[in-house]
Amino acid sequence: MAANLDPFQSAHNAGPGRRTILKTLGIGAAGLAGIPLLAACTGGSGPAPGATSNSLTFGSGSSDDVPKAAYKAVTDAFTKKSGIAVATNVVPHNDFQNKINSYLQGSPDDAFTWFAGYRMQYYAGKGLLAPVDDVWATIGSNFSDAMKKASTGPDGKMYLVPNYNYPWGFFYRKSFWAEKGYAVPKTFDELKTLATKMRSDGIIPIGFADKDGWPAMGTFDYINMRLNGYQFHVDLTAHKESWDQKKVSDVFDTWKALLPFQDPNALGQTWQDAAKALEAKKTGMYLLGSFVTQQFTDPAVLADIDFFPFPEIAVEGTDAVEAPIDGLLLSKKGGDNKAAHDFLAFMGSAEGQNAYSAVDGSNIATVKGADTSKFTPLNKKCADTIANAKYISQFLDRDALPAMANNVMIPALQSFIKDGTVDVKNLEAQAKTLYAAQ
Amino acid sequence: MSTTAEKPAAPDSEPGAAGRITVKGQPGTGRRTGKAGRVRRLTRRDKFILAIMVGVPTLIQLLLVWLPTLFSIALSFTRWNGLDLKDIKAAGTDNYRYVVQDYPPFWPAIQHNVLWLVFLALIATPLGLLLAVLLDQKIRGSKIYQSIFFTPVMLSLALIGIIWQLFYNRDSGLLNYLLGTAGTPQAVDWFGDSNVNIWAAMVAATWRHAGYVMILYLAGLKGVDPSLREAASIDGANAAQTFFRIVFPAMRPVNIVIVVITIIESLRAFDIVYVINRGTNGLELISALVIQNLIGEGQVIGVGSSLAVILLVVSLIPIVFYLIRTFGKESKA
Repeated sequence: MAANLDPFQSAHNAGPGRRTILKTLGIGAAGLAGIPLLAACTGGSGPAPGATSNSLTFGSGSSDDVPKAAYKAVTDAFTKKSGIAVATNVVPHNDFQNKINSYLQGSPDDAFTWFAGYRMQYYAGKGLLAPVDDVWATIGSNFSDAMKKASTGPDGKMYLVPNYNYPWGFFYRKSFWAEKGYAVPKTFDELKTLATKMRSDGIIPIGFADKDGWPAMGTFDYINMRLNGYQFHVDLTAHKESWDQKKVSDVFDTWKALLPFQDPNALGQTWQDAAKALEAKKTGMYLLGSFVTQQFTDPAVLADIDFFPFPEIAVEGTDAVEAPIDGLLLSKKGGDNKAAHDFLAFMGSAEGQNAYSAVDGSNIATVKGADTSKFTPLNKKCADTIANAKYISQFLDRDALPAMANNVMIPALQSFIKDGTVDVKNLEAQAKTLYAAQ
Repeated sequence: MSTTAEKPAAPDSEPGAAGRITVKGQPGTGRRTGKAGRVRRLTRRDKFILAIMVGVPTLIQLLLVWLPTLFSIALSFTRWNGLDLKDIKAAGTDNYRYVVQDYPPFWPAIQHNVLWLVFLALIATPLGLLLAVLLDQKIRGSKIYQSIFFTPVMLSLALIGIIWQLFYNRDSGLLNYLLGTAGTPQAVDWFGDSNVNIWAAMVAATWRHAGYVMILYLAGLKGVDPSLREAASIDGANAAQTFFRIVFPAMRPVNIVIVVITIIESLRAFDIVYVINRGTNGLELISALVIQNLIGEGQVIGVGSSLAVILLVVSLIPIVFYLIRTFGKESKA
């Protein structure tokens, strides 16, 4: 009989086991809420915090060590000043960006890190963000008009409080250029002449990397803005202008003249690889954001780095600068929390941004009167370039619908780099479908 | 607790013993009529347990497989931004038209999936079979070789992609070093050059697939009745004839499994290209396009769903084939 006892006993013992399994399943199901489809069904509004709340939650996608520490310095300084506690949730930045849809619909933090441009306006337009006009009433004088414009939503209300930005330009090694006798080109023709000279000197004139897909957008944006102007860039990326027109094919035709000078191995390397090539003097110059300097760990090399703006081609000289802005937004829920408004106002003050840039010096504070005493000459030049810019663009993947930038432009630019052709008719056909789906 | 306490004492629900008695006592109709009174069929507890054991997996299956599948199919005929349910708009077959006509990576992706299948079927699988046959001979150190060839199977394809980058790297990779092209402009960028990267990725995938096939065939070879070989050799068959005419056909069940695995592997090939460059620039695969369009900021739910449905339909073919073979055989037996 002993053998017959066992099945019952084990069945009995399986009780808690089964319950554990069910419990685990429950947790699994909760985890699945990350899937937008399910999250869409559960998107309820959390309890609105009272207007006199003494704390706020802050979602941060700045997960790398330096920016993470920098935001901690900001929240600490804010808590010290106002006595308001800040609970920070740091999420790895790729996850943070990829899950933004479900994040904003689920139970977002009061304040969170995000970008200017279409990427911000889109969510503002969908009513997932809270306007911060009250904050701008106090901090407005701290910012340039270009900053203010970049922080405005589609309804004319203010949504973003900028923290920092970084300009895109051609980076090069001063000593190397002095040794070879190269001069900074002012026009596109001069750039081509210089590149030809570099090539005959046996170096790759323009460093280039597009394995990740997005860096090539910088070249596209600049040629587009220099040829067709800043407003066309904004309208094109917002799909108020058609991609299937001569102005767009002109951009690619112009780029085609530059393509032979760009690193032919672009599609197999990342921007970090290209930065190393610049450091090793294998390439003459490299068009990228100033974050490229993060790769130059040798202080001697870092001190040897300079940059110049993308040369003028047809219109507006070099007035437009590609300088993506990162800053803070309030979620819809955070809009009800007075403390969160206070926090954003702090971020928009010189005091708040100094706290940040004291830790993370690779970016440029956006507020007027920020502490520039620790600026390197390169930092100062970056800051001046942005301050003197008439127009600040946000980069294709921030100014355009993300699906357009990621699903359409990345493959299109990569195939252009490969064979120098692009089908603008097809770009427009895709844009039509994707923007219609929003 | 009382129910569990009385359970062991009740011998009535002892199916094995009761059944044996029944069969012995009254062959034929006995089970239904004669003993039905004594053998209580199912207690409430049994029913409850059965309901849970059948119900929970069914529910999970329904919740995690069928509902999402049906949702995906439904969503593939809509436009939706993934935000508010009110924003879902019917789109007819627009998404499919978009995918087929306007989406440039789609047809390369189909070609690459087919190429992947052909490559696995013609190169990787036969290679695995060859390894199995070689290792099935009584060579010294067979176990060590088996372990070596099987090791990649235990690694994820994502990890394999990373490992092979060490071989394929343009400047510092082993392959360019052996070719003597490392550091020169002639160096081939195995993962970056869209003319070669799909082949490079397939070779890396083969490294794993061959080991998988090898282990399955080794088991299959062990299962072949040795008397078959003896009979063949007595009849004067040479080694090749013995293998192709006798042993290989005798492994039919394994062969079917391998065919299905090869097809499935080629359809779900995803991680390795995603690790290399997220499935762009010559490495487009349908699975990678599904992810690109469904997950993350570049989310276009309608388009992503229609890609997923296309992948589903394609995947159903080998699954149906497999099920027909399996159940067809069972009903014959």
